[in-house]
Amino acid sequence: MTLERIQVDYLARVEGEAALKITLSDGKIKDLMLNVFEPPRFFEGFLVGRRFEEVPELVSRICGICPVSHQITSLQAIEDALGIEVSQQTRDLRKLLALSQYIQSHSLHVYMLAAPDFLGYESALSMVEDYRPVVERALRMKRLGNDITAAIGGREVHPVTAAVNGFTKVPSRKVLRDFLLRLEQAKQDALETVKLIGSLQVPDLTRDCEHVALRSTNEYAINEGRLVSTKGLDIPVWQYRNHIKEKHVPHSNALHSYIVGRGSFLVGPLARVNLNFDRLSPDAQKAALETGVQFPNFNPFYSALARAIELVHSVDESIEIIERLDPVEEDRSFEVKGGEGFAITEAPRGVLYHSYRINDEGLVEAADIVTPTAHNVNNMEQDLREYVPRVINLPEEEARLKCEMVIRNYDPCFSCSTHFLRLEIKRQ
Amino acid sequence: MWRLNKPSVAVYKLSSCAGCQLEIVNLEPILFDLLGAVDIHYFVMAKRDNKPGPYDIGLVEGAVTCGEEIARLKQARKECRILVAFGTCACFGGIPSIKNWKPQRVVESIVYEDLSAIHSTTAYGIDNYVPVEAYLKGCPVSKDELVEFIKSILLGVRPYLRPHSVCVECKLHENVCLAVTKGEPCMGPVTTAGCGALCPSHQKPCEGCRGPANDPNPESLAETFKEYGLHKRDIVLKFRKFAGMNPEFAKGADAV
Repeated sequence: MTLERIQVDYLARVEGEAALKITLSDGKIKDLMLNVFEPPRFFEGFLVGRRFEEVPELVSRICGICPVSHQITSLQAIEDALGIEVSQQTRDLRKLLALSQYIQSHSLHVYMLAAPDFLGYESALSMVEDYRPVVERALRMKRLGNDITAAIGGREVHPVTAAVNGFTKVPSRKVLRDFLLRLEQAKQDALETVKLIGSLQVPDLTRDCEHVALRSTNEYAINEGRLVSTKGLDIPVWQYRNHIKEKHVPHSNALHSYIVGRGSFLVGPLARVNLNFDRLSPDAQKAALETGVQFPNFNPFYSALARAIELVHSVDESIEIIERLDPVEEDRSFEVKGGEGFAITEAPRGVLYHSYRINDEGLVEAADIVTPTAHNVNNMEQDLREYVPRVINLPEEEARLKCEMVIRNYDPCFSCSTHFLRLEIKRQ
Repeated sequence: MWRLNKPSVAVYKLSSCAGCQLEIVNLEPILFDLLGAVDIHYFVMAKRDNKPGPYDIGLVEGAVTCGEEIARLKQARKECRILVAFGTCACFGGIPSIKNWKPQRVVESIVYEDLSAIHSTTAYGIDNYVPVEAYLKGCPVSKDELVEFIKSILLGVRPYLRPHSVCVECKLHENVCLAVTKGEPCMGPVTTAGCGALCPSHQKPCEGCRGPANDPNPESLAETFKEYGLHKRDIVLKFRKFAGMNPEFAKGADAV
């Protein structure tokens, strides 16, 4: 019996810490573990007993790359618990914040984390010599996303102004309109990105798996909507826990999300584009069609293209919001009466769930947070199980890179690890 | 002081959100200049091809929350000439240290059912285990301070890391004081500057994310909060957020 191993000790160009260990026996997978060695930080544990006003500030520290998503989701869950209806202006500013984070995070992933794999470089830093204009385009878009986040939120990482029932300070109409010119330029950059990523040869890994995303009747759903899937899930946010659960499976170190009665599922840009293609801006749809790639698409390697398509949409919708928005200071006062609340948003990496129970004194009694990476980790392993047999005959280094690419596709955030368990590394 | 020509840099991650590492990439307007001035040898979030040590400068992000991290931190200490606590988690334990004031098993059992595989320990900043040459505070770190620090090493001068309180920067911004005029519980008087008084400038009281300033008087601030009508419990929450393990902020929590 020949026993071989594909091992990646510390996955590079992802956020957080994880290792991949695949043991093969006679060419078949004997053991496959995505080992998340990111230590737990117990957010749901220490949130109990804190004040509800502190929650958005604290949970943004779950992740430095998508702090905006954690803030918005927690705010909406808290407002649901306290029975607060926010104004249209707050909705708009939150959507703009979320879009700015998409622009930042997607540019980072498409160019700095994923593209080097497709173009054969070890990092974006090493691409500079041959692809300087491309890297500059990436940095320009990323900076624009960051600057809009900072203009509304005060800072790009862990913004500070988003609060329960509104914003502590709103940007002026002029500050927002000053972004229009840069957004017009970013539109070209985003369209170029779709062309570039759409032209790349991707490996085939089409797999019958359920895709899950938010869907809204009148917009490309990011902060609000019903949770729907390609296999018939269609529920309001508060029913989430009746349908999506986690289990501890023996071969894995992470809790695995599954849909009750079915199995693993995929969340993220590909699921969103598949389920909401008709809600994308007309130019984003057009750019997608021009690539010749068919949607809905069940090859996870097209996640990078879906991200690029969302870049076009994010720029378009940002322009649309800025053109009609004229922010004014609003009264944020409300009475605290305890309750339980739920929220789901689409973080750049996919469906993010927050739920809180708050008492009449304003203290958190229970918190439940499930991050996109936690939703996806089960599916990452399923993808690898399907993919590994296709690459085991390649030279070891190449096989390892291909497996890493499967994981990097998901743009995983292993620090968003509130639901990850640790397990001993198995040695044979 | 150090003076290094094109220093090699390593970026390490302990328990954290990666926000401080991201701030390095967020230097994009001057990223190419930075890459010309230093050699980034080890940075797993950004590179696949990482070189082994030794390195001139090691930036350590995150708090120590488990035994394996102590070993990795000690290894980092051996590999680096200048070891930097990079961000509030590495300086003081940061947000992960909030769990320290509850029994460990209680916090763990809220999150996980099977505790057999959990090995978390009390969360500390990195200088609890190894000597540290410099502290870049903030949650996340201030990009300006990071650039200032690297420039100082290139020039061989002492970096200007602000010792005074956030109030100084708030006054420089000509902000109306949230504490004095509105009675809002602002941590600015006891917190290190360097953020440009970011939160008060956005109508939000300082939450102390950069840890204690030099020579603060946390007991007095705790008394003031009490006069503002804050519940004793809420005053404790203020001081045990970003740097509760620090002796100065501990005085504030113990004062009420």
